[in-house]
Amino acid sequence: MTVTTAGRETGAAEDGAGHPGRWGAAGLRSGRTRIAVLVVVSVVALLSFRTTAAADSSDAAAFRFFDGVRDWVDANRDVNPLFLYGVNYIRLGVRLLVDAVSAGLTGLGFAGLVAVAGALALVVAGWRAGLLAVTGFVAFAVLGLWAESVETLALTLSAVLIAVVLGVPLGVLAARVRWVGAALRPVLDVMQILPTFAYLAPMTLLFLIGSPAAVIATLIYAVPVTIRITELGIAGVAPTAVEAATAQGATRLQLLTGVRLPMARPTLVLAVNQTVMMALSMAVVTALIDAPGLGQNIIRALERVNVGAAFDAGLAIVIMAVVLDRVTTAASRRRPHSWRVAVPVLGAAAVVAALPIGDAVPRFSFAAPVNALTGWVELHWYDVTEWLKNTVSAILLNPLETTLTTTPWWLFTVLVLVAGLLMADWRSALIAAASAAGVNGLGLWQHAMQTLATVLVATVLTMLIGVWAGVLCARHDRLAVLTRPLLDAAQTMPSFVYLLPAVALFGASRFTAIVAAVIFAVPPVVRLVERGVRDVPATVVEAALSAGSTPRQLLWKVQLPMARGGLLLAANQGIVMVLAMVVVGGLVGAGALGYDVVAGFSQREDFGRGLAAGFAIVLLGVLLDRLTQGFHRSTKGSRQ
Amino acid sequence: MKLRIIPMTAVLGLVLSGCGGATSDAGSAPSGESKGTVNLAINPWVGYEANAAVIEYLLEKELGYTVETKNLKEEIAWQGFETGEVDAIVENWGHPDLKKTYIEDKKVAVDAGPTGNTGVIGWYVPQWMVEQYPDITDGANLNKYADLFKTSESGAQGQLLDGDPSFVTNDAALVENLKLNYKVVYSGSEAALIKAAQQATAQKKPLLFYFYEPQWLFAKEKYARVKLPAYTEGCDADPKKVACDYPDYVLDKVVSKKFADTGGAAYEFVKNFTWTNDDQNLVSDYLTNQGMSAEQAAEKWASEHEATWKSWIPAGS
Repeated sequence: MTVTTAGRETGAAEDGAGHPGRWGAAGLRSGRTRIAVLVVVSVVALLSFRTTAAADSSDAAAFRFFDGVRDWVDANRDVNPLFLYGVNYIRLGVRLLVDAVSAGLTGLGFAGLVAVAGALALVVAGWRAGLLAVTGFVAFAVLGLWAESVETLALTLSAVLIAVVLGVPLGVLAARVRWVGAALRPVLDVMQILPTFAYLAPMTLLFLIGSPAAVIATLIYAVPVTIRITELGIAGVAPTAVEAATAQGATRLQLLTGVRLPMARPTLVLAVNQTVMMALSMAVVTALIDAPGLGQNIIRALERVNVGAAFDAGLAIVIMAVVLDRVTTAASRRRPHSWRVAVPVLGAAAVVAALPIGDAVPRFSFAAPVNALTGWVELHWYDVTEWLKNTVSAILLNPLETTLTTTPWWLFTVLVLVAGLLMADWRSALIAAASAAGVNGLGLWQHAMQTLATVLVATVLTMLIGVWAGVLCARHDRLAVLTRPLLDAAQTMPSFVYLLPAVALFGASRFTAIVAAVIFAVPPVVRLVERGVRDVPATVVEAALSAGSTPRQLLWKVQLPMARGGLLLAANQGIVMVLAMVVVGGLVGAGALGYDVVAGFSQREDFGRGLAAGFAIVLLGVLLDRLTQGFHRSTKGSRQ
Repeated sequence: MKLRIIPMTAVLGLVLSGCGGATSDAGSAPSGESKGTVNLAINPWVGYEANAAVIEYLLEKELGYTVETKNLKEEIAWQGFETGEVDAIVENWGHPDLKKTYIEDKKVAVDAGPTGNTGVIGWYVPQWMVEQYPDITDGANLNKYADLFKTSESGAQGQLLDGDPSFVTNDAALVENLKLNYKVVYSGSEAALIKAAQQATAQKKPLLFYFYEPQWLFAKEKYARVKLPAYTEGCDADPKKVACDYPDYVLDKVVSKKFADTGGAAYEFVKNFTWTNDDQNLVSDYLTNQGMSAEQAAEKWASEHEATWKSWIPAGS
């Protein structure tokens, strides 16, 4: 199970890690030359054109524009037809849906919901999944988080419902109609690199606060995965089956409902699985805009720096994720039980729901022991954590930040363009350079460069740790088996859960954001690196060993170079995730763009700047993604 | 296919709209009816939570209402008046701009009187610094001591530690307009501020921080306020040009128009609620340092201060 950006990963990984080994010496030399030229040119240019890092104006044209938009929306919310007949109806409809789902779940009562969840899991995914569902749901009550868990579940299910209703038809269209697919691709690309944080403010502007805005935000986060995987599934249906059906005179509609959809069923269920996982992690973040549920517990814990309380809520989220994941994964592998099994099982669950069973379960909380541990670490490791923070800030972060903030924006843009042209293709280069120029146009250059510096440092640390751990996992099967559930759990945690331990250890600083980002981004990097190294053909490894390679030589000369595609993909994924987390770090003193966003939705006079910062984050994401993805693609080209 | 969809949506639209489309509070649950539900916003600092805990406890136990609490930042809670998500904010710090928007212009909220607490916002240093550097409490001397307050975050400048970015603050503008060699760093929460303050006292580390009263911490440890140019009426009119200290705030309650009109005894109760800074600090202390839940803290305070809260209960309920 991979939770993040699964759709993109699948496609790219096949191209990248699939055909290693044709890495010509000429390609290597020209690659090195290019990079050397780039480095020399950059250093010369930077030294000759340094500026003083003047602070961003607090009154840029872009901020005033967004403030104007806000005022217009505020004044016209109950007057303008666009709102009266459009936006407000969407809000109303979503609210009705959430209320219905939530009333349905709560109406079953504790015993009823546990029984129904178990029965449904049993029918679609087998008795093991059923047992897991029952255990998991009981655990919510044991943790004392029953009501919050049900609210989070209701939000997630509502968002998934809408995502499937919209996403599956779009995915089918994208697979079948070429221009739809082509038109959707860039839109989905951008949606998948949007850091969750950046679009909460626009959501509240249009849909105000509360569950409707939360469900819509969750939908935007999750639906690209639905569309992408559905498209993959439909496009992957064997052409022979389609031809056979066509030869027998099937119409287009019959082809779709009788051949394509049934044959793509496992992939479609996988699409639902991934959508659920994405939706769950976002539903928790939407607590920032007044969505109910477990996210509220985590925000409260963050406000009180109470790591223990957050641990309980985080655990409930992980349990929910594991249950939903295992049930949907098992469902994609097998056919559901026939009605002969389904009817009695569901009937039994209905009986349980009707029985008057209370929710008197023994309570257990991890809060006290976790807080005791945190307190001990804070007390005894204070000097170590301070030293670590100050050293990384002084040696890596501050010099990089100074270099970036004193670079004039036009020079940075030109360098991005050149880097893009040398390492990727001209399209990626143009898009990346346009993004850089756009950030400047928003009037947030200094803050964007500060954020970029933090992102780069965190990415370097993430890659160092991730590659090391990934290689270890690839070499030791037992370690890989042991770490798998840990990685699963780590990837389902919503991003800002990681802020807590980081804040407790390092206080309010940019380093805190770096630590949280590293924890957040390492798991997928480990996975991709492990897969890349494992995909190196066994024959090549054997040949190297029989030629007398030591394990170290094998790693550095054979495995890592041949897993290059996987490593670059890992860097691409890692950098996008790091950016998402670093901006959330604005909540705990990391400053820069993340802070602008937080201030934007909590201080009225900063609204415009906050919205501009949201766009700047998106542009920064596009820039980083294009450069690293372009790099990845072009090396693929040069190998052939 | 297309032909069928258009009339369908049109019909659906007509059914849903009745007349004139959906307004922004469409579909929100009716609130504030007699013996109904009261939606209480909870802003993220413990003093506010103390007010809310006592109000929630008494509304439920004495008046028989159901109380829903919602964790919201200040300005987001105000938006809740418009959507129907929030009935009452029970410790409001000034916010003249929001009052103008939501009370005067949109007429979705009304003033429900002071809480009886006086709010003070200012810059503070731990007591040991005052003993070591007696003139540090004059804001004009801050630049002289900027080096003391350097951290990994503020670089060559001194650090001024602020709280949650949503708190009422002019600090960024103050630093700029008073030409101070300082950088504002946001710790993110009240708890983080308190932790830093306690550490500064215990380990004798320099710290300049944004803080406020009523606040239970002042009963435990001493912190000195740094004097900035005195506040005069209107000196903070333009948030970008502020160069004066914070005013004293008369903390008050704000409720939604709907709650004021239909809230009955619950509204009367919220309007009547007033207590002292000492009362609030006591409940805050229960919440923070005695490990009590909101309900336990409110119950303990209510059982010991019946005379205070009896007068809040509206006659005839």
